[in-house]
Amino acid sequence: MQTRLEAPATEPLSFEDTGVTVSGVARRFAAADRARGPVLALNDVSLSAHRGEVLGVLGPSGCGKSTLLELVAGLQEPDAGRVAVCGRASGAERLAACAYMPQRDLLLPWRDAIGNAALALECAGVRPRQARRRARPLFERFGLADFERSMPGELSGGMRQRVAFLRTLLAGRPALLLDEPFASLDSLTRAAMQEWLAGALATEPRTVLFVTHDVEEALFLADRVAVMSPRPGRVVAEIPVPLQRPRPRRETVTDPTFIELKEQALRALEC
Amino acid sequence: MLRRYGPPALLLLAAAAAWQGVASLPSVDDLTLASPSEVVQALREDWSLLLDNAGVTLVEVLLGLAIALVGGVAGAVTMHLVRPLREAAYPLLVASQAIPIVVLAPLFVLAFDYGIGPKVAIVGLICFFPITVNVLDGLRSVEPSLLKLMRSLGASPLAILRKVELPASLPSFFSGLRVAASISVIGAVFGEWAGADDGLGRLVLLGNNQLQTPRVYAGVVILALMAVGLFALATLAERVALPWRRTEGAR
Repeated sequence: MQTRLEAPATEPLSFEDTGVTVSGVARRFAAADRARGPVLALNDVSLSAHRGEVLGVLGPSGCGKSTLLELVAGLQEPDAGRVAVCGRASGAERLAACAYMPQRDLLLPWRDAIGNAALALECAGVRPRQARRRARPLFERFGLADFERSMPGELSGGMRQRVAFLRTLLAGRPALLLDEPFASLDSLTRAAMQEWLAGALATEPRTVLFVTHDVEEALFLADRVAVMSPRPGRVVAEIPVPLQRPRPRRETVTDPTFIELKEQALRALEC
Repeated sequence: MLRRYGPPALLLLAAAAAWQGVASLPSVDDLTLASPSEVVQALREDWSLLLDNAGVTLVEVLLGLAIALVGGVAGAVTMHLVRPLREAAYPLLVASQAIPIVVLAPLFVLAFDYGIGPKVAIVGLICFFPITVNVLDGLRSVEPSLLKLMRSLGASPLAILRKVELPASLPSFFSGLRVAASISVIGAVFGEWAGADDGLGRLVLLGNNQLQTPRVYAGVVILALMAVGLFALATLAERVALPWRRTEGAR
């Protein structure tokens, strides 16, 4: 099942079904210690996610996963190679096509939950009151109606992350980029949040790129998992997950296919 | 309430008692040290005189504070938005704190004449620094990842300033305001010492020269209460303006 990625994509992508494409991307950073010269964070990274596909990017800490996500988001530019979202390659166009969810929820402590989610609309020019009104149905749909008025300081880590995700959804962009969305949560909350996210994505299908260092999380949520090497990061394996989404958690994680995929992923991480 | 204010009140009482004890010693001259009871008596007798002069000083303080507030916030926001300006002005601003501003008081009297002008200018000048520096630090304290998030949401720099940076800087703005409130009274007193017709600072100086020791102490007590009151007002304003800080701290 393990397939090495040679070309950017195995089949030619038409303009319509292009989600996210990354081809031959490299990124260097000036080292903190100047004598050592620039650090290569990413080297010749190629991957793609079709429209509506959930692509998990799995890699060890420090392999450049977050950098990759910021490159796709248009927050950084690659030193080599090409990044495109919905066929658009310029930084400004990528910024406009992606909703980026950073590692921490980063809710504004002076705004209530719905005000935080509505921030995404306000940044797009919607008036605050109108933005809150438009955020409300989403809170109802995702079972957060009772928490609309709660301040972030009153919410649990899982709830805060849900609000942050709604903010990401409300940005109304075709592509979602999630940077280790549940890394800061305890394992029980994380498991619940993974199921919640899977459900949310079933009702709100988007092209999703999410990075994680958690093998099970990657396989549980994604249609396909790209495994990255330690720094300088590059894609060493791609593992399709042939299971229907959303997946019932307990049945999935004990499924022989899933266990087999997990071993594949772990092997790929080792090399 | 009692837990919080009880111990300092008790200590203050103990200090007053010790003061009374020392002042009552036969070897201590009334002109050298007025006892608390004499100070209370002076407060009673000279009440209207003290109050009139306190009013003059309070106006100087409030005007100076208002100018420092507007100037400080405007200066901080400008320096935040215009990086070259910040790089040029910030070190000079910090270095300017080495100048003992109080010795400038006579120069201000020369420049601004004898009236309220030089007092307001000195209060404004010494209050400007804590407000500017704190607001600037507050504006710059926003996490880089939050700024990235805002950029990805399509927020303009002005929207980032309005929706994120300014609200985020409020807690440090209030810290600066508290510092400014507590030092503002000192500025007004020095301003009056350099030359004035009225004001509590002038009354204290005059009383000192005329050996009206209890009245001097009474003036000092009112000046201290004024500074404490302004400090308390700034704290209250913070609690009203930033209710989210309490839920945040509770976590």
